Amino acid sequence: MIEVRNLHKTFGSGAKKVIAVDGVSFVARDGEITGLLGPNGAGKTTTLRCLYTLMRPDSGQVLVDGVDAAADPLAVRRNLGVLPDARGLYKRLTARENIAYFGRLHGLDEATIRARSDAAIRALEMEDIAERRTEGFSQGQRVKTAIARALVHDPKNVILDEPTNGLDVMATRAMRAFLKQLKGEGRCVLFSSHIMQEVAALCDRIVVIARGRVVADESPDALRAQTGEANLEDAFVRLIGSDEGLAA
Amino acid sequence: MKSALIVFLKEVRENLRDKRTVVNTLVTGPLMGPLLFVLLINTLVSRELEKAEAPLKLPVIGAEHAPNLIEALRQQRIEIQPGPADAERAVRDQDADVVLRIPPRYAESWNQGEPAQVELVFDESQRDAQSAVRRLQGALEGYAQRTGALRLLARGLSPAVMKPVVIAERDQSTPQSRSGQMFGILPYFFILGALIGGMALAIDTTAGERERQSLEPLLANPVPRSQILAGKLATTTAFSMTTVLLSMVAFGIASRFLPTDKLGMDLHLGLDFVLRGLFVMLPLAALLAGLQTMVAAFAKSYREAQTWLGLLTFVPAIPTMLLTVLPFKPQTWMYAVPLMGQQVALTRFLRGETVNSDALVLCFVCTTLAALLVYFVTSRIYRSERLAISA
Repeated sequence: MIEVRNLHKTFGSGAKKVIAVDGVSFVARDGEITGLLGPNGAGKTTTLRCLYTLMRPDSGQVLVDGVDAAADPLAVRRNLGVLPDARGLYKRLTARENIAYFGRLHGLDEATIRARSDAAIRALEMEDIAERRTEGFSQGQRVKTAIARALVHDPKNVILDEPTNGLDVMATRAMRAFLKQLKGEGRCVLFSSHIMQEVAALCDRIVVIARGRVVADESPDALRAQTGEANLEDAFVRLIGSDEGLAA
Repeated sequence: MKSALIVFLKEVRENLRDKRTVVNTLVTGPLMGPLLFVLLINTLVSRELEKAEAPLKLPVIGAEHAPNLIEALRQQRIEIQPGPADAERAVRDQDADVVLRIPPRYAESWNQGEPAQVELVFDESQRDAQSAVRRLQGALEGYAQRTGALRLLARGLSPAVMKPVVIAERDQSTPQSRSGQMFGILPYFFILGALIGGMALAIDTTAGERERQSLEPLLANPVPRSQILAGKLATTTAFSMTTVLLSMVAFGIASRFLPTDKLGMDLHLGLDFVLRGLFVMLPLAALLAGLQTMVAAFAKSYREAQTWLGLLTFVPAIPTMLLTVLPFKPQTWMYAVPLMGQQVALTRFLRGETVNSDALVLCFVCTTLAALLVYFVTSRIYRSERLAISA
C-alpha cells in the first residue's frame, strides 16, 4: 500500500520558481490499480519521483507499506518495483543480463534471479529476445525488458510512469493485461497516464491531478456521478478545466 | 561493498564489449606514447650520430685567401665547398647550416702577425645546425692554438705561458642520469595513459548513463548512491591502471629498439620499474578517475563531458613542464604533491636511482588522501537530485 500525505515540491527560486506538486494526497491500495491522471506538466512524474525517493519532497509524507520514505529510503525502494519515465537499458548487455543486474543490486541470489527472470520472460512473452543484446530493440521490446527488470525482486508495490507511452496497439493491450495480472496477484499497482480511455479501462480508482493538486479521487463511476458527465473524457475535461470549483 | 562490486563487475563486462573503449584502453592509450617516443628519439639520435661521423660539408667564401687553414680543415674531415654568393641569405633560407667567410685581408693580417679574422655565419636558433657550428668552431680553435704554440716556440717561449689555467672537466653524469634527463618526459606519457584509459569510462558511467536514460532506473534500486559511485570509480581506475601497465610494458619493449647504447645511456624499464611504478600510479589513477567522474557528472551531456575531459588532459602536463624547464633538485615535499610526486618518483626509477621508502609511502598516502577527498566531493554531487534527471 502506498500512502501520500500533503506532498509539496518546488523547483528553482525567485522569478523562476515553479510549484510542481502543491499538496497532493492519495492512497493506492493493495489488489487495486490506481491511476494518476492529468495533463502533461500536471506534476505526475514529480509525484512519482518523490514516491521512489529519487527526489525529496519539500514537505509531506510518503508511506510504502507503512515505512516512511524520508526515514528509510532503502527499505522503501526494496518494496517498490519502478518503471520510471526514463527507461534506458544497457545496450551492450542482453535482456537477461539487464534483468540480472538489477536482481543482484536487490541482493537476490543467482538461483532466484534465474527463476524470476524465466518467469518474467514467459509472462511478458519475450523468449525470442531474452538472449539478445538490447541494442536495436523496438520500443515494445525495450519496455518489456524494463518491466521485467523492475519486477525481478517480486515487489508488493509497482509504480509505472506512463507505461504505454510509445507503444503500438498490440503492445498496449498486452501491457494492460499485464497490469491486470499484477493486480490479480494482490499487488498495489500505481500508474500515471494522460490518456483517459486507458485509465477508464483499467483503474479501480482514479486520482486526477492538475497544476500540482488533486482535483478528484474517486472510482470511475463515482467520477462520472460527481461531474454529471456520462462520458469520462468529458468528466476529465471538466475537472481539469474548472479546478477552482473543485479544488476546495 | 557488495553492491559496489556488482556495479564494478557489470561496468567492466559492459565496457569490455565496447570496441571503442577497448581500443582506447588497450591499444591507443598504451601504444601512442611509446611509438611517438621511439620514432622521435630514433630520428633524433641517428641524425646526431650521422652528423658526428659523416664529413661536414662546409661552404667557404674566399677559400683562396687561406690555403693553409683550408688544408687544416680538410684534415679534420671537413669537406670544403664553394661558398654561396650571399652567406647570410643562405643561412636564413636554411640552404646551409653554417658558412665560413675568409676576408681578403686574411693573408695580410696573418703575415704581419696580427689576429686574422674569419667569419662564421650561422643561426643560433637553428637547433639542427648547432652540432655543425660547434664542430667547425672546435676545428678553427684547434688550428689557432696549434699555430699560436708554434709561433711561441719560434720565439723561444714555452706554449705553457699562454695557459695559466687549464680546465679539466670531470662530468659526474652517469649513463643512467643522462638517460633520465633525456627521458624526463617519459612519466608524462604514463600519466597521460592513465587519463586516456579512464576517460571513456568516466564519461560512459555518468554523463553517458544519464543520456541513455538508464541512471534513473539504476538509482531506484535499494543501493546507496555512494556505493554505485564507488563501483563506477573502481571500474574507471581499473581501466586506467590497465592502460598504465600496458604502456609500461610497451615502453619496456620499445626501449630495446632505441640506440641507447650508442648514446651511452641506460634506461631501467624492467619488472622492478613496473612494480614500483604501479605502486605510485595506483592512487593517482584513482584520483584522476575521481576528477574525471566529477567533471563528467557536472556536464549536461556526453559531448560536453568530452570537451571538459579533453581540457583536463592538459593538467598533468604542468608539473612535467615545470620539472623539465626548471632544474629542480628533487625535494621531499614534492613527493607529497599528487602528480608532481609521481613525476619525480618515476623519473628517478627510470634513472635507476633509489628512492627511499619513506618518500614513496609519503607519495602514496598523500595522493590517496587527495583521491578520497575527491571521492567525497563527487559523492555529494551524486546525492543531488538533478544528477539523475535527464533534460
